[in-house]
Amino acid sequence: MQLTNIRRGLTVAAMLVCAPIAAAAQDFTPETPECIAPANPGGGWDFTCRQVGKTLQDLGLIPSTMQVVNLSGGGGGVAFAEVVNKRNDENDLIIAASSATATRLAQNAYPGNTMDQVRWLGSIGADYGVIAVAADSEIETLPELMEQIKANPSSISIGGGSAVGGWDHLKVLIAAQEAGIEDVRSVKYIAFAGGGEAVTQLLAGSLQAFTGDLSEARGFVESGDIKVLAVLAPERLEGDFAEFPTAREQGIDAIGANWRGFYAPGNMSDAAYDYWVDRIATLYDSDEWKTVMENNGLAPLDLQGEEFQTFVADSVQSIQELSREIGILQ
Amino acid sequence: MELMSQLGDGFAVALTWQNLALALMGCFLGTIMGALPGLGPSNGVAILIPLAFTLGLGATPSLILLTSVYYGAMYGGRISSILLNIPGDEPAMMTCLDGYPMAQKGRAGEALALSGVASFVGAFFATWGLVLLAPQLVKVALLFGPAEYFALFALAFATLGGISSTNQAKSAFAAALGLGLAMIGVDTQTGVPRFTFGEVHLYDGIDFLVAIVGLFALSEVFIFLEHRGTERDISNRPRMEIGRIVPSWSMIRSCIPTMGRTTVLGFVAGVLPGAGASLGSFISYSMEKRLVDREKTFGTGDPRGVAAPETGNNAAAGGALVPMLALGVPGSGTTAVLLAVLLALNITPGPLLFTQNPDVVWGLIAALFIGNFMLLAMNIPMVGLFTRVLLVPPRILMPIVAMISFVGIYGISGSSFDLMVMVGFGVMGWVLRKLDVPLVPIILGTLLGNEMEVNFRRAVNIADGDYSVLLSSPLTIILWTIAVVGFVLPIFVGGILRRRMRMTKDSEGSTVD
Repeated sequence: MQLTNIRRGLTVAAMLVCAPIAAAAQDFTPETPECIAPANPGGGWDFTCRQVGKTLQDLGLIPSTMQVVNLSGGGGGVAFAEVVNKRNDENDLIIAASSATATRLAQNAYPGNTMDQVRWLGSIGADYGVIAVAADSEIETLPELMEQIKANPSSISIGGGSAVGGWDHLKVLIAAQEAGIEDVRSVKYIAFAGGGEAVTQLLAGSLQAFTGDLSEARGFVESGDIKVLAVLAPERLEGDFAEFPTAREQGIDAIGANWRGFYAPGNMSDAAYDYWVDRIATLYDSDEWKTVMENNGLAPLDLQGEEFQTFVADSVQSIQELSREIGILQ
Repeated sequence: MELMSQLGDGFAVALTWQNLALALMGCFLGTIMGALPGLGPSNGVAILIPLAFTLGLGATPSLILLTSVYYGAMYGGRISSILLNIPGDEPAMMTCLDGYPMAQKGRAGEALALSGVASFVGAFFATWGLVLLAPQLVKVALLFGPAEYFALFALAFATLGGISSTNQAKSAFAAALGLGLAMIGVDTQTGVPRFTFGEVHLYDGIDFLVAIVGLFALSEVFIFLEHRGTERDISNRPRMEIGRIVPSWSMIRSCIPTMGRTTVLGFVAGVLPGAGASLGSFISYSMEKRLVDREKTFGTGDPRGVAAPETGNNAAAGGALVPMLALGVPGSGTTAVLLAVLLALNITPGPLLFTQNPDVVWGLIAALFIGNFMLLAMNIPMVGLFTRVLLVPPRILMPIVAMISFVGIYGISGSSFDLMVMVGFGVMGWVLRKLDVPLVPIILGTLLGNEMEVNFRRAVNIADGDYSVLLSSPLTIILWTIAVVGFVLPIFVGGILRRRMRMTKDSEGSTVD
């Protein structure tokens, strides 16, 4: 508790005067910066580590090359346990995380671990959720889809790239809840091994709707194969994606962002914590990172330090409530 | 004709010194990574991603490097299968079945060269298939819903009996064991962990690579340790002969029909997302065995049994690029990694890739052709070099095998738990070998069982629990018919054959009396 107060105090001080950030940052310099990607090479977490590591180095924000270590297993749980149990005091270490991390923490899928065992550093962008149907579907808007689910739940199979109870599933349930579907368990969700597989089955006619991230759906939208009913973002996105209506403007107040970011060991020193928060914030504001975000279909989500900590806590809370409702969590 | 000019443009992109050098490097590294147990194509590609990024390569050169590694690893996997009976990666598993017996008979050189040629044929025609048929083939992938996938995997299981000739019951037991292992992990359809015993390391299930390296490589080491100093010590055995290095033309000719058929089979298996190269090589082998193995020589060192899976898995590697490029859906583990690279390079694979980034697509395809010729040119002369492995005394070779296994597995996952699992599989493999249980069906059960189960449940879920959905389309009916015929026919035909043989023996016996 005292520690949190000190931390809060530090952040407040940092916010009041800009200079202390730089000063605090200079107090600490990592000797061997390391990023754990809690998955095999090639996945989203791996790319978070590698892209951020590369950009930080290109910008001269870290003194040496970021070493990326892949520590896969348990959907990130192995890395989480390793950090909590064995590397809790390290200052040079950051770990890639995303909504999936928060979802699993909320559902106790990392046995014995909770979100307050680590310190949350900041986000580097978000991939907003979409709900889409095949181009030749009769359904034109999100409320229409929800009406049909309400009238006859078994007539609509929705596919997504995550397991039951995973983020792709929860997103569509958040929308269903907002649309006034009382028993969200009646929504028929079919799990696939990835968003691409689910879209293929949408095109093949096995499914009636798709829930996933915008980046997964992008290629098929451009080719005209699928129709985006709604983006689960607070407001319309920029650029090419501006044509997609949000769920909110259709009267369904659902937001589902698959954020990407980092956490750090729970006993990381405050100087080191401030250093990393500052570096991630500087990275986020750079033009280089804007380009990376654009290339990877990431939308803005600018949360660092304390704000990010609160954001993760809130999302863990709401995922927990939803998971209880659908019976994933007892 | 437009196609040819586009392909010509592609060659113009690929034929720069830098790209050729990258392709050469990729082919070489890929072959080595494929040959080392524990490092498969997907890890090989993943390991080289940072290299591509640090070199600051553009989209096309990066892809050329990484796909050369991919094709190279598909070639390389066969080397350790043939020489050591240890598959370098999953798709090369089937090559052990006839490749190793061939090596034991002193035909290692021939087996390596033949499999090199077979790999070339499979990859070469699959690349043409990619050029000519990609847009049409996407429609084939769209014919496969969950019910069709389930039928396809059931078909694969129905032909499982074909792969081990000795004892069908033991091979069924091994497959069941594999199916059981496939159940471990979080069930995606309900989100419930199964057989994980609260152990977070098991939530993602058993990694195939860990299982393969344990079952094949480590158990080999254990067997060696057990027999050390006894008369069964392999060190005391006469050295294996290498034999001729260039296969005779008549042997290659006898394999041509096999290569033709398995190219098509492998390619189609590769095109289906989720099936991939392992299914390609497996179906190729078991179908070919059913078709041409009249003298029961498959499994004892039949050259066709080497050519079939190698053609099949390389054709599937080419086929797997179709859904990746045209749909953005990975058809195998390696293409999933390649897909991630494409995304990182700001290229969105999907229906529009061929029109939006023609330089990338055609440059890549041209690179595949070039890489393929390079690999053939590299692999045939190197057969002599590879076979020297057989001259290394086991007391030196076995520790190296053990070391590479441990380093390889730890290098991928960074988890010591995986090493324990690997040792566990090693002990299991050792016990099963003593009991004469074939190991290949275990891996196939694990590999195919998972997909079979989830597709079954997806199909029934979508149909609200109506099981008739499993036979609802013409395609499912065709697949099930082939599966049933493939399963039942050998039982009857085999029975008739045996009876006939007994009759001839009886009549022979009576003349002797």
